[in-house]
This record gives sequence, C-alpha cells and structure tokens, in this order.
Amino acid sequence: MLTQLTAAETAAKLRSREVGAVEVAQAHLDRIARLDPEFKAFLTVHPERTLAEAEAAQKRIDAGEAGPLTGVPIAIKDNVSTEGVPTTCASNVLKGYVPPYDATVVSRLREAGLVSLGKTNLDEFAMGTSGENSAFQVTKNPWGRDLVPGGSSSGSAAAVAGELAPLSLGSDTGGSIRMPAALCGIVGYKPTYGRVSRYGLVAFGSSLDQIGPFGRTVEDAALLAEAVSGYDPLDSTSLDVPPVSTEALKDGNVRGLRIALPRQFMGEAIQSGVREALEAALDVLRREGAEVSEIDLPSVAVGVTTYYIIAPAEASSNLARFDGIRYGGQVEGDGHIGVVASTRGGLFGHEVKLRIMVGTYALSAGYYDAYYNRAQQVRAVMAAEFETAFQEFDLVVSPASPIVAFPVGGLSQDPLALKLLDLCTIPANMGGFPSLSIPCGYADDLPVGMLLNGPVGQDERLLQAAYAIERALPWGYRRPPMP
Amino acid sequence: MARYLTSVGMEVHAELLTRSKMFCRCEVGFGGEPNTRVCPVCLGLPGALPVPNRVAIEMVLRTALALNCQIAYDSVFHRKNYFYPDLPKGFQVSQYGETNPLGYYGTLDIPAADGGTKTVRIRRVHLEEDTGKLMHLPGGGSGVDYNRAGVPLMEIVTDFPPDITTPDEARDYLQQLRLVLLYLGVCDGKMEQGSMRCEPNISIRPEGSETYGTKTELKNLNSFRSVQMGVEYETERQSQVIESGGRVVQETRGWNESTQSSFAMRTKESEQDYRYFPCPDLVPMHFEEASIERLRATIPELPLAKQRRYQGEFGLSEYDAGVLVGDQSWAGFFEEAVGQGGDPKAVCNWMNGDLLRLLNETGQVALAGGQAVAHGHGTPATVSKVTPAHIVDLVRLVGSGQINSKTAKTLLDDAFSSGDMPSRLVEAKGLTQISDDGFIKETVAQVIAENPGPVEQYKSGKQGVIGFLVGQVMKSSQGRANPTMVQDEMRRQLGE
Ligand SMILES: [Zn+2]
Repeated sequence: MLTQLTAAETAAKLRSREVGAVEVAQAHLDRIARLDPEFKAFLTVHPERTLAEAEAAQKRIDAGEAGPLTGVPIAIKDNVSTEGVPTTCASNVLKGYVPPYDATVVSRLREAGLVSLGKTNLDEFAMGTSGENSAFQVTKNPWGRDLVPGGSSSGSAAAVAGELAPLSLGSDTGGSIRMPAALCGIVGYKPTYGRVSRYGLVAFGSSLDQIGPFGRTVEDAALLAEAVSGYDPLDSTSLDVPPVSTEALKDGNVRGLRIALPRQFMGEAIQSGVREALEAALDVLRREGAEVSEIDLPSVAVGVTTYYIIAPAEASSNLARFDGIRYGGQVEGDGHIGVVASTRGGLFGHEVKLRIMVGTYALSAGYYDAYYNRAQQVRAVMAAEFETAFQEFDLVVSPASPIVAFPVGGLSQDPLALKLLDLCTIPANMGGFPSLSIPCGYADDLPVGMLLNGPVGQDERLLQAAYAIERALPWGYRRPPMP
Repeated sequence: MARYLTSVGMEVHAELLTRSKMFCRCEVGFGGEPNTRVCPVCLGLPGALPVPNRVAIEMVLRTALALNCQIAYDSVFHRKNYFYPDLPKGFQVSQYGETNPLGYYGTLDIPAADGGTKTVRIRRVHLEEDTGKLMHLPGGGSGVDYNRAGVPLMEIVTDFPPDITTPDEARDYLQQLRLVLLYLGVCDGKMEQGSMRCEPNISIRPEGSETYGTKTELKNLNSFRSVQMGVEYETERQSQVIESGGRVVQETRGWNESTQSSFAMRTKESEQDYRYFPCPDLVPMHFEEASIERLRATIPELPLAKQRRYQGEFGLSEYDAGVLVGDQSWAGFFEEAVGQGGDPKAVCNWMNGDLLRLLNETGQVALAGGQAVAHGHGTPATVSKVTPAHIVDLVRLVGSGQINSKTAKTLLDDAFSSGDMPSRLVEAKGLTQISDDGFIKETVAQVIAENPGPVEQYKSGKQGVIGFLVGQVMKSSQGRANPTMVQDEMRRQLGE
C-alpha cells in the first residue's frame, strides 16, 4: 500500500517511475477521506490544489529535475502561514483568515517539490500538551481512538502515525513536536533554534519556537529537515549556516556513543512502564557498545516553572495583534477597546487566555524582575548545565514523555499535571539545542519515545546517532492498530 | 501675582530619510493611496518577522554622535505593549532603559540671547517604528492607513531637570535640532507634514521653588511658531489656574492653531504599564568602536558652530551668518565662493540679497559644484544656473571698480537667466564703468546747463537736489559713469 511507504521509499519509487506523483497523492487523499473523519487530524484539505501540485511534481520528475523528496506528500501544522489556504491556529480568533503570503518553510517545500495535503489540527496557538485545546476538534491517537495524540502538533503527529501523510511539519515551543511524536510512536525532531526559519510561523514564544519535521523514520525526518532548513534573511534569528545535511546520516555508529542519562529525568514523575522501556532500550545500546552514564542536571527541576513564565510572557505580546480589527473573527463591542475586549474575551480559548494573563502579569512593572528577568537567568543556567554535559557526552537522553498516551479528558481536571509532562522536552527550547524523539519501545502496548538531545548546531551528529540507535533497537517501527 | 519659572522638556520624533521601512522593505513615502505601501511585516500579519534596517540604525548613531551622546555599544530593541488601532502588532518596537538607547547623555547647543550659546542636555536618542494613521472616512466611521506603520522613527528627548526655560528657547532648540538633522541628512524636517513632530511638556513653579510643577504635554504643534506660542500659552494658562486657586492636571493637551489655544485631550492620572521587554524576534545589536569612529568621521560641522565661525572669521552679522547656515547647501555655496577668493562679506551680501530674492521668485535652488541635489521624498527643485563662480566674478567686477553696483544687479539678473559669467556679459555689452575724467566733466557740465532750476535751488541752500543732478548724469551715461567721481565733479562745478 502506497500510504505505508516511508517518504524515502516513496521518493525512490517516484524517481524510478514505479509510481506517479498523482497516484501517490490520490492514495493519501483517499485515505484521508476514509479515515480522517475519525482521526480528525486535518483542519483543511484541498484535493484540487494537492493534485495540481502532484502534477507539477511529476513534470519535474519526468524532466529529471527531481530532488530527494519531489512528489512526496506532506501535511502542515495550521500555525504555518500558507498563501491562499486558511491558517487558523485552531482558534476562533483566526477563523476565516486566509494569509496573503507563504511561510519560508512553505516556499522551500514548494521549491523541493513536495505535495501539500492540507493543514493539521493543533492545540489553539500551539498551547497544549495533550492536543485537547483545539477550538475546532480533538484529534485522536491512531493507537487508540479514545487516546490523546499529544500536543500541540496533534494533527501533524496523528497524520503521520495514521499514514494519512508520510511527512508533516510541526512546531515546538516546549515539546510540541516531540511530545506527540512520542505518544503516536513516530519520529519528531526539533532542530537547533535558528536552523529553520520562523518566518510565517505564527509566533507563540518567539525565543523558543522552532519548526520541525515528523516522519516514521529518522531518515524521513532528516530529509524533510534538509529541505526546509537553512539561512533565511527574513528571520533575524535565523542562523547563517547551511541546511541540515543528510549526507553522512548513515555513517553513525552506536559503538562508542557517550550517552548521559540525567537522574532528574528518571524519577518519580516517570511512569514505570516508560522507565522500563527506556532502560531496556539503553541496555541494547550498552550491548552494542554505547557508554551510558548517569549525570545530574539540577536546574531541570525548575524547567517547567521557568518555561511557564517565559513562554506566556512572549505569548502575551505575540498574541496582542489578534484584536479583531484587521483580520479573523470580531465580536462587537463599545468603541475600539470594547471591540478588542469582547473579541479577545469571546474568541480566545481558556488555555490561551490563561497564558496571556500569566504572561501579562510576569511582564508588569514591579513584577518584571521577579519573574521574567529571573526566569531568563534560570534559563541561562539551564543552558549552561547542558552545554557542560555536551562537552563530555554526545547525547543527553531521557524519556520524551513521562507517560504514554492517556485517555481524552483524562488529565483535564489536573492542568498542572498536564504541564509537568513537558519536563523532559522543555530544556532543548530553553537552550536552543536540537532534540529528537524516536520510538524506543512499548508500555501497555503503547509507544514510548526516547528523547535524544545534542549540542547546539550539531544537528547532523544528533540525526546520525538517532539513525544508528533506530537501527540498533530490535523491535523496529510498529504500525498502530488500524486499517 | 507671583512670578513663575517655566520648564520645558522636549520630545521630538523624526522620521528617518531611509528608502525602506524599519523592519521590512516597503517604500517610505508621503501621501498616496492608503495602505499601498504595506506588507505582511508592517501590517503585523500572523507569522511575519522584523528584519532591522541597518541604514536607519546608522542614521540614529550619527545623530547621537552629532549630539555628543554616549553610544550604547550593546543595545537591544524592546517591545512597548499597548492596544491602539493604529498599532498593527499590539506593540511598538522601541528602545527602553537608561543606557540602552543607541545614544544617551548628550547635548545640543542653541543660540543664547547674549550672542553666545546655551547647552541643552539630551537624555536619549533612540530608534523605533512609527504607527499607522487613523482616518475619518467620508461616509462616517474610521479607518487606518498603515502606509506610515513601520517607518523608522528617531526619538530625541531632553534631560531632566529641563534646561529650556522660555518659549523662545523651545523654538530655538527645535530649530537647531531640525538643522542638525538636515545637515546629517537623516530627516527632511517637514513639521507641517509630520515628518518631524514635537511634543513639549511644560510645567511652571513659583520663583525660588525647587519643586517642579505638574506638567502638561502639548500635541499637534506643526510649526516653530506654534511651538513657541504653545509654550507661551501653557505657561499663562497654568499660572492662571494656580492663581485662581486651582491645581494643574497632568494631561495631554492639543494645540488649536486657529484659536491659538490648547484644549484637554486625555488625562494621564495613572501611568500606563507598557510591559517593556527585549524583542525576542531581533538579535541584540553590538557595535565595534572602529565602526562608530567611522561614523563619527562623517559628521559635518554643525550649523551653530558654523554660524559662530562665520561671525568670527568673516565678521558677518549674526543674522547674515544665520541665513547662510540656515540651509546646508546655501552654506556650502558660500564656502565654495569664499574658497574661490570671493570677499566673504560681499559674497554674503549678494547671496542673502539679490540671489536669494531671485531664487525665491523662481523656486529654484542654488548649489555648489559637486553637491548632490538635496535628498528628501519630494520632487527635487530646479537647480539655478548661478554657481559660486558667478558670484565671485560679480564681486570682483564691483570690487575692482569695473562696474557699479547698479550694473551689477542687472548683470546678476542676466546671469541668473542665461547662466553666462558676469565678466563675459560686461565684455559683450560694453558695460564697463566709465571713470574717464574728460567724459565725466563734460557730462556734468551738460546736465548743469540743461537744469537751471535745480541748480538755482542748490545754490540757494537746498543741498539735497544734488542727488537729482547726479542721477541725471548716471541716466545719460546709462548708469556706467563712476558715481563717486560724478558726485565729486558735480560738487566742484556747482561750487564754482
Ligand atoms: Zn512592509
């Protein structure tokens, strides 16, 4: 079945003319039509546009101008700006907004000849850990239709796990790619901050946000990263370095890998099944010649608290533009401030309003030093702790999520517990270093993600290690129980 | 009634003369259809990101250097958060902090009443982005034009306690600052178009009091005169409030040009919390000392220093020197003429007199050689055919006695329209001054013979009539006779 192929396999078959790009696109559109009413991964699908792009890709293939992913379908998180295609951030405040411009990653996808399937669901404005905060629908985990897919890139993760798309793009501010990748049993990769342009990504926490790929294999994720990364003059925070290279991806080896396992990530907060799966995987790596050492990273204990000051502070400012005046939804009110208040009060969801208020408070005169400034200092300490660890180790490893996929609504009475799930993923956003989740085993027949963190800018080495680890683990990629 | 001291703080916003906006590549311009110079960045569309305009940063650094500021070698942009319809992102990118603005702790000299200078301390010079413009729609309701949104805006704020204490000083400060910005080529200084906006805050306190009074801020001032009048009005209004037992309210007041009075716009009882924080979309700026020194080397002699130099070096009056430096290209014209050997006073007189009149009448500008046409966003004016060399030539002809000043005026008119050198015109038209003794004697005798009446009056004591008789000689010589010689000869012959 075409939809079960990896992106690399699909691309190879396209180049060898075994299949056509339109055929591949149609197979995915058919599967979306059949299964997405159940999965609810997509907010927008646009079959006509998809097929037109597939035809254009086929022309390039026929002309011998195909790149590594030309003709491969992709799904895009709905907080990435797409010209002529609604971009809602799964929020009522952006309902009906159709951007007049493409994000840089979208332009790069087009240049690389990928075929877009549509826009995927997310926690409203990428604020959420479980995927339950969308204003429009709750995406289901292909591993169990009553389970959450993880958030905030819920639709992008479920689409790839559910074989509605071989690849997708998500965004990660505190774990929004890696958390759902772990819960859906696929690969999710957050590159070094600045390696992928943020131009066109609707900002949540600007200093933390990073676009990244989902795939069912490390190779697929790496190929997609290669296509969309690289310096962008439209993003001042973009790093002036070449795109992430996949040239030496397969040259890595588990033997000799120096792996650090921070004790802080293997404590009480981690479900026993998750801990066991991770330990089993690490045992395999040890047998294959990796060195695994336990270390201490004391600052991660306050990671979540620190994150929930910085991210909301930036969000409170980033989301100020949604005032109902220029685009999106508007609720009537008395005068300018009346319209702004009723629009924001009426159209933002609960979690978004909560974070705007927390962030506004943290930036207020008299509290700025105690909260925002202090949080930035802690952030610097945390980044320095990891930097020190990376001088001795190739990887810092932990569970990606402390628990496996849980039932929809299961944690909605305990918002703090939900936020604490970001414990392991947050440091990579704080320190800007690359981080990736790969399936490393199963607990209660649900996937467990292993989080691999590498030093800033060393994305190629991280992907190489991940590729080698993926090969070394004997249980391989497992499909969710689905048609 | 007690005597009150006035204190004026000045906040000036100057739109920078960059080609593109502060954080996007949209064109900077004036007028035009609303919302035609906009893009995702300056409209604040979701996902758009700012990229700073290096030219704008350099312009602010140069201004800061010209104003003797300390330079923030490490500086960041902040977000100033507030809701207003003309603010597309819900925040304005600006600069906050004591020593974070690109320039801080500077000075600007302004002319003092005694002919010296007075130093006004500058608190900060920083860079930010302009907002859009609210417009009332013809069919009712209001709209926003974002053409101006994101235009680079420089803010220059004076220090506290204020050094400016009179309406005249407020006007002088603004005039000097505008000239400095024009000399640096960073702003076109058009107050009436709003490319330079001034918001003075004014307070009064009884003479002898150390405590500064409550200030009011004035908006809508679009000329030097309105700034002066506004400060004067506010001083008077505040003292009347106090005299009648009232209390000055901290508020923003608007200036009504037609009634020459201010009106309350909004009170500032509670300070708004702008929640400033470093903009995470922009990387911190860092400047090397060498690059700052390179910029410092581009700072021209500033207008007031130039004016005082002209007074001292060339003996020009304060007024004349002021007219010369009032326009950088005018001063450049003068300096080139002097450099070519023209007598400074004579050059100045011809420039500020007849040439200026001719230029004003025709709407032309005069430029020294090699000088670029003044930049700005308007259409460039026609450049006059008269160059510094023309004026030097003219001054020489008069100075050497070859032509008299009356002929010189005619020659300048001629040169202005034809572009020909005055000395060439003299040759072509045979206009040289006649100092021939015989000719003058003969013509004087002839005029005396033809005008018995006036001659009689002169002899009976009406000395003033001599002017008429000399005039007749000049007339019959078509103005070419040497007037001093004619005068002497006339006296001699009438005395016989
Ligand atoms: Zn623009």
